[in-house]
Amino acid sequence: MLDPSNTLNPFAVAMPEIFLTAAICVVLLFEAFFGAKRRGATATLTLFVLVIGAALTVVYANVTQRVVLFDGMYVADPLAYVLKLAGFLIVAWVLLYSRSYLENRDILKGEYYVLALTALLGIFVLVSANSLLTVYLGVELLALSVYAMVAFDRESGVAAEAAMKYFVLGAIASGMLLYGMSIIYGLTGTLSLDGIAAALHSPSDLGVILGLAFMVVAVAFKFGAVPFHMWLPDVYEGAPTSVTLFVGTAPKIAYFALALRLLAYGMPGAAIDWTRMLMPLAVLTLVVGNVVAIVQSNLKRMLAYSTISHVGFIVLGFVAGTKSGYAAALYYMLIYVLMALGAFGVVVLASRKGFEADRLDDYKGMYRRDPLLALAMAMLMFSMAGVPPFVGFWAKLRIIQALWETNHPWLVIIAVSMSVVGAFYYLRVVKLMYFDEAPETLPATVRSTGVRFALGINAAAVLVLGILPAPLLDLCSRIIG
Amino acid sequence: MITVAEMLTLSGVLFALAVAGIFLNRKNIILLLMCVELLLLSANFNFIAFSRMLGDLTGQVFVFFVLTVAAAESAIGLAILVVLFRERRSINVEDLNTLKG
Repeated sequence: MLDPSNTLNPFAVAMPEIFLTAAICVVLLFEAFFGAKRRGATATLTLFVLVIGAALTVVYANVTQRVVLFDGMYVADPLAYVLKLAGFLIVAWVLLYSRSYLENRDILKGEYYVLALTALLGIFVLVSANSLLTVYLGVELLALSVYAMVAFDRESGVAAEAAMKYFVLGAIASGMLLYGMSIIYGLTGTLSLDGIAAALHSPSDLGVILGLAFMVVAVAFKFGAVPFHMWLPDVYEGAPTSVTLFVGTAPKIAYFALALRLLAYGMPGAAIDWTRMLMPLAVLTLVVGNVVAIVQSNLKRMLAYSTISHVGFIVLGFVAGTKSGYAAALYYMLIYVLMALGAFGVVVLASRKGFEADRLDDYKGMYRRDPLLALAMAMLMFSMAGVPPFVGFWAKLRIIQALWETNHPWLVIIAVSMSVVGAFYYLRVVKLMYFDEAPETLPATVRSTGVRFALGINAAAVLVLGILPAPLLDLCSRIIG
Repeated sequence: MITVAEMLTLSGVLFALAVAGIFLNRKNIILLLMCVELLLLSANFNFIAFSRMLGDLTGQVFVFFVLTVAAAESAIGLAILVVLFRERRSINVEDLNTLKG
């Protein structure tokens, strides 16, 4: 524990970022010199880096209060601490799941691991950003790593196309973000989020609303909120599944932090305006995400639309515009990442060389072929649908509570009815796995014990957190407050 | 003397041109990349205009960062384009149709 009243060493608090930067250089050099000879050594080294990074974060970055460092560019608070630890954990889990997938396809290359680490560094910069400059740099570091990651399987034309679409749309989003930032900078005369928060008061003038509109569009683009979601299904479907696993989980932390730091903390004075802008986005996102997911026959694409619908819930937390709303959004985001990690993990484990296991039909009779994988998938699907003993229920409940407290009965009705629609396609997967006959030709799933153990922990976490939701809920309320 | 309003108008026009270029262009991916650059430059122009108006240098420092990031961004964009061209033998936007967004 650090005491902020002492003269604080800023370099100690920024240890996660500093360590990660150094580690990226080491991993890159290691890959360049030994990567070709020892396939998989880079993967082990990267996991090692993540474990040490998490340990150093616990030792050095565990602040009890908000501390602003480096001339107001960088903020360390309990929220950043928790999100960074979550980032280390999630990326480590992603790398555990994806190893056998990459090995099977001969794409077990260092690029994947280095890009995962640079993306994680981008997430950290964004999570600790306290100035428009650091927000922008974090967004770009994350986005550029992820574009390259989607295209890293050079043999796959579909992946290159997905990467190109992602790149162009993502670049428009960063352009929008930048344009909005420039307007806000011009009107407030400062880049610091604290300064902007102090300068903006309700009611906002037209210029502020214009700048805000650009930023909201950029945030919606990054999150994948409708109508700025076009890239998301294509990227999820086109990218190698191990990359989809990464893209679908860790960056969500960063986008949540982007929305929270930029809108909720940076512009509380204009909260009326941005909640008004987010509200139709959230409703559209919920409706389109859930309805379009029903007609998908590709599991990765279905999970992409399911992501969109979950994003709708997270945005609803911001629409509430209160501390409890942000805490609910944070909780939902963490839980969603946990569930998506497991669901894409199952897809990764069910795949084989030359067999992608991404059609829904590939899951028919999964129960007979691999009971454990089917059980994990069923638990995750129930949780995503929001069925009570599982944790997805509490996440949805908190969002709905926050909306109810802030007098949005219509949004509550839409959210609940869309959850019912969503339950249909989640439960369909369970039905396919347990009640349909398997085609004869499907290859076996990955049998490696370590990975299956990791998946078991992941699925068990969904159940345990659902039975004992209080600790994580309290943590979320505490670090937002 | 050029006023701030004139500079903002110019940057607005550049921004609109860039966005229109991205959405109207159906021929060539390289043109898309150029429009993306123009988009970032229009925002840069805004920063410089405001920085001069406010007499505050941070806006211009921001522009240096944006220029650096934009260079990295086009490097990645062109790298993806090379991978795509090797697979498809084409840089036509209309050939990007395997995935239905």
